[in-house]
Amino acid sequence: MKSIKVTHMNHQTLNDQLRQVEGDCILEGCCGQRFIAAGMSERAITINGIPGNALGAYLNGAVITVNANAQDAVGDTMNEGKIIVHGNIGDAAGYAMRGGKIYIKGNAGYRAGIHMKAYKEKIPLMIIGGSAGSFLGEYQAGGIIIVLGLLTQNKRIVGNFPCTGMHGGKMFLRGECLDINFPRQVTAKLADDNDRDELKTYLDEYCLLFGYDLEEILNAPFTVVIPDSKNPYQQMYVAN
Amino acid sequence: MKIEGQIRIPSGCAIAAVISKDGKRFSGEMITNAMKPMHDRSNGLGGGFASYGIYPDYQEFYALHLFFDERATRKNCEVFLKERFEIVKSEIIPTRKIPAITDEPIIWRYFVAPLKSMLASMQLDEKEFVAQTVMKINTEMKGAYVFSSGKNMGTFKAVGFPEDVSRFYQLEEYEGYSWTAHGRYPTNTPGWWGGAHPFTLLDYSIVHNGEISSYDANRRFIEMFGYKCSLQTDTEVVTYILDYLIRVQGLTLQEAASVIAAPFWSTIEGKTSAEERQKLLYLRTIFSSLLITGPFSIILGFEDGLMALNDRLKLRSMVIGEKDDKVFIASEEAAIRAMAPDAENIWAPAGGEAVIISIKDGAY
Repeated sequence: MKSIKVTHMNHQTLNDQLRQVEGDCILEGCCGQRFIAAGMSERAITINGIPGNALGAYLNGAVITVNANAQDAVGDTMNEGKIIVHGNIGDAAGYAMRGGKIYIKGNAGYRAGIHMKAYKEKIPLMIIGGSAGSFLGEYQAGGIIIVLGLLTQNKRIVGNFPCTGMHGGKMFLRGECLDINFPRQVTAKLADDNDRDELKTYLDEYCLLFGYDLEEILNAPFTVVIPDSKNPYQQMYVAN
Repeated sequence: MKIEGQIRIPSGCAIAAVISKDGKRFSGEMITNAMKPMHDRSNGLGGGFASYGIYPDYQEFYALHLFFDERATRKNCEVFLKERFEIVKSEIIPTRKIPAITDEPIIWRYFVAPLKSMLASMQLDEKEFVAQTVMKINTEMKGAYVFSSGKNMGTFKAVGFPEDVSRFYQLEEYEGYSWTAHGRYPTNTPGWWGGAHPFTLLDYSIVHNGEISSYDANRRFIEMFGYKCSLQTDTEVVTYILDYLIRVQGLTLQEAASVIAAPFWSTIEGKTSAEERQKLLYLRTIFSSLLITGPFSIILGFEDGLMALNDRLKLRSMVIGEKDDKVFIASEEAAIRAMAPDAENIWAPAGGEAVIISIKDGAY
């Protein structure tokens, strides 16, 4: 596999060089370059070091593996493909993503999955292995967000104000979530057998990637959160 | 040319800091490296650094750093300073001529001690006297700006990218135990030298990434207490607010943080400790005009430590890490890796969660 040393390279040169390489590629010595692999499709890219903000923005089918932490706005508006982060992820991960998958081994910052959306067969998926910061799934309009809380014990697995403005999609949170305050326009209930079957289909690949035992992860209650209606804010200001 | 205040500039910006908890001094090279991977967060219209521990030979004296528009302004200002201070040393701040930094003002520093007779006649303590003098120069003396006024610390700022500003001021020649840095991204008007960060008063310095929506409300309140917002950039008011809360009102850093990034009413209600609930309620009520709204991540520098704080909604990024005796703070993890590739315990504080790093007692 071709490898590019990107130490001190600016983000434009980096992406130019990446586009010139055919097939899979490893980036070595990454430190903060933004927009890596923006809009790219049909290839695997491995990143060693810290990728900068907006990693995989508008991603269109490429598979990105990050062996460290990632910064803010990973997968901004991505359409297809996969971003696998072996560490933690910064704020606003999956901002307005409309397809593809983001798998995070560690924790996510604030506003993970903000304004995720879905259309027909395009159903984005984000799985957070650790815990998530405040405003998880803010304005979520579609897609699936899963938080497993595997790295925290006896601590809330999401921060304050989850699902603020959520009006579509679905969220699975591992545990009974009795200590979490959800807004009025969503319903949080314990996952039933149907929900758990659905969950299994999402978690299969995640467990394989990070070496988790699926049964062990499923050996816990899950809370499912969905909005009450497709348009919960219709009468927020006036009755119409 | 219009400056900020005449035209409003929302900023993007990058911030970073590094401190040795053991009080060990190190050059400005490390903090300069932090700003390189964050280059694109600035646009070359402002960069600056604050450093603590750089003037050990003059640590008893206030180090005043000043910009002057012309020689006559400097002469006038020196006459004024001599009426108020004993000046033990005055000199041009050494700079390096580089193409990236142009149109510099006249830049001087003065190591001074307030005249005892002045303190007695004005019935002021030293710090209040120095603070009032800074306000007086910045508002009344056209073309003169005090941009640094603490003891054994100094601010260095200019119009340019932060890494160039560092080369301009030869920061590799200075050794401090604590450094903060800022790269600016004003988007609507030209930046100017006085508008670059850090904003300092006495030994408090602030670097800020964000935009303060409550600026005018905050300004109107703080100006009742003798402060004058003369640099007309939103960040300036944060420095004065913290000086007022900590030095004048005697609040702890944590309490000051609970004023400017007060928790939401619902968060306060949810506190299990009645004592904590009451305290937060008290602070939010008494100092309601000092609540800072809008996005911010700030680093406050002071004599023996740093405080990092995000707005309570956490609309800006901030990451913290450590290695051996050093603690690192930056807008991006990449900046921390540029200072210490093997930094450990990287984490992001929550919105409104003050992170206070103190130097061990007497270690500096």
